[in-house]
Amino acid sequence: MKDYADLLLLLVAVSNLYIVATSRLNSCVRASAIQGAALALLPLVLWTSGFNVQLFHLAVICAGTLAIKAIVIPILVSRAIREANVRREVDPSVSLHSSVLLAGLLMGISFWMSTVLVLPRPAPTMLLVPVAFATLLTGFLVLISRRQAITHVIGYLLIENGVFIFGQTLAREVPFAVELGILLDLLVGIFVMGIAINHISREFDHIDTELLSTLKD
Amino acid sequence: MLEIVIHIALLILFPPLLLGLINKTKSWFAGRTGPPLLQAYFDIAKLLRKGAVYSRTTTWVFRAGPIVSLGSVLSAGLILPLASNVAPLGFTGDVILFAYLLGLSRFFTMAAALDTGSAFEGMGASREAAFAVPAEPALFLSLAIVCIPAKAASFQAAWDALPWALWGGAHPAYLAAAIALFAVMLAENSRIPVDDPNTHLELTMIHEVMVLDHSGPDFAFILYGSAMKLFIIAALLVHVLLPIPEHLSWTGVILLCLGEAALAVLIGVVESVVARLRLTRVPQFLIGASVLAGIGLAIALYRGAA
Repeated sequence: MKDYADLLLLLVAVSNLYIVATSRLNSCVRASAIQGAALALLPLVLWTSGFNVQLFHLAVICAGTLAIKAIVIPILVSRAIREANVRREVDPSVSLHSSVLLAGLLMGISFWMSTVLVLPRPAPTMLLVPVAFATLLTGFLVLISRRQAITHVIGYLLIENGVFIFGQTLAREVPFAVELGILLDLLVGIFVMGIAINHISREFDHIDTELLSTLKD
Repeated sequence: MLEIVIHIALLILFPPLLLGLINKTKSWFAGRTGPPLLQAYFDIAKLLRKGAVYSRTTTWVFRAGPIVSLGSVLSAGLILPLASNVAPLGFTGDVILFAYLLGLSRFFTMAAALDTGSAFEGMGASREAAFAVPAEPALFLSLAIVCIPAKAASFQAAWDALPWALWGGAHPAYLAAAIALFAVMLAENSRIPVDDPNTHLELTMIHEVMVLDHSGPDFAFILYGSAMKLFIIAALLVHVLLPIPEHLSWTGVILLCLGEAALAVLIGVVESVVARLRLTRVPQFLIGASVLAGIGLAIALYRGAA
């Protein structure tokens, strides 16, 4: 079972690339839903054959992740897209070509980082740490290089996904309950962001964050 | 001896069938009967019987184009193992020659297109060159991925060292290489997300525009050469995906043929369900494939180091 974890992590890496490469907001959301589903399977694949985790906890965390990351959050985000009438295309300040190259570079950096980093215990599978870092960094890339508020939500999601993957290395120390708490926080965060974006778009006629930097007293 | 005969027979006889399979799949999706499975063979035979017309503005480059490009693809097919791990002309470093032979074939197609002096063909050549640039790293990096476990730059060593337990999930690097190679296969053979093989007179086409002035046997060589290129890159992919036996046996031949046929059907499905990419999006598709192959390379190196 553990062998399939690397394939799942490769899927996560590919969806990172896709999120950075695609020009459509909806496919961004869909890719993040797929990534969420892959993440939901990850603990199941990693720990069922490993040490004795209580199977009940495992099932709860998987079902919770699947429900929240693969279903609820994508629905919330796409609802926000629909209701706030944002443009259906991502609005990058760095061209899509160079964002893909940057994402590849970040992937390389995360491979390098994972060889340098000393972990309290070896990671359960080879790709876990590099992909965790890559997802985290890709999240930052999305946050920095996209103009629309909706894409920032996806950036935050990617960062949380990276933290989730990295959390798997500490699964023995950190109880899954903590992970569930984080998941709930995230859901509330996205919920609030969705509502905020809705309100902003009702007050103003766009949600272009670029214009925030021109604000003066 | 027998191995060489079977290798060459496969290489020479099989490729046009792939085109037939792709077209059958596409017609099945469209609800048509479609051309017969062996149509590409008929086309080639018909074209070979015809005479060729040469414009007065062209030089020997135009005449050499189809021959050199077919010849280099054929040589590439001779250094790539097909139904076993052994190729007739395999040697250390053949991986690099393989990639460059494909490059040579493309170069001569482009040179012949430029030689006609037609602005239209020049535009096609420029596009082909522009899209070859991001496709080449994907090919090279995928080849590097398959060569790294063997620590030798030859196909035979690479396939000998290829672990069969690919679908045990132990080798995400090979999966990355396979996806990147599939993208390269679509791009190199001017298939749909990159180029449309059916549009003969549209401003968006790439490969077809370059061969507009070729006629008769020359065009037959081009048609045959592109079928063979498809066959060769698909064979590369089949080797990554399926456990082809080390020595020549019927299992190997059957696995190869089935794998090739399955890939042809897959290409047909992709062509039927995916829309052609906008020209500005094509490099992005190929850069994505290259980056994915780069990730695979990082995984392969990381696994080697760990």
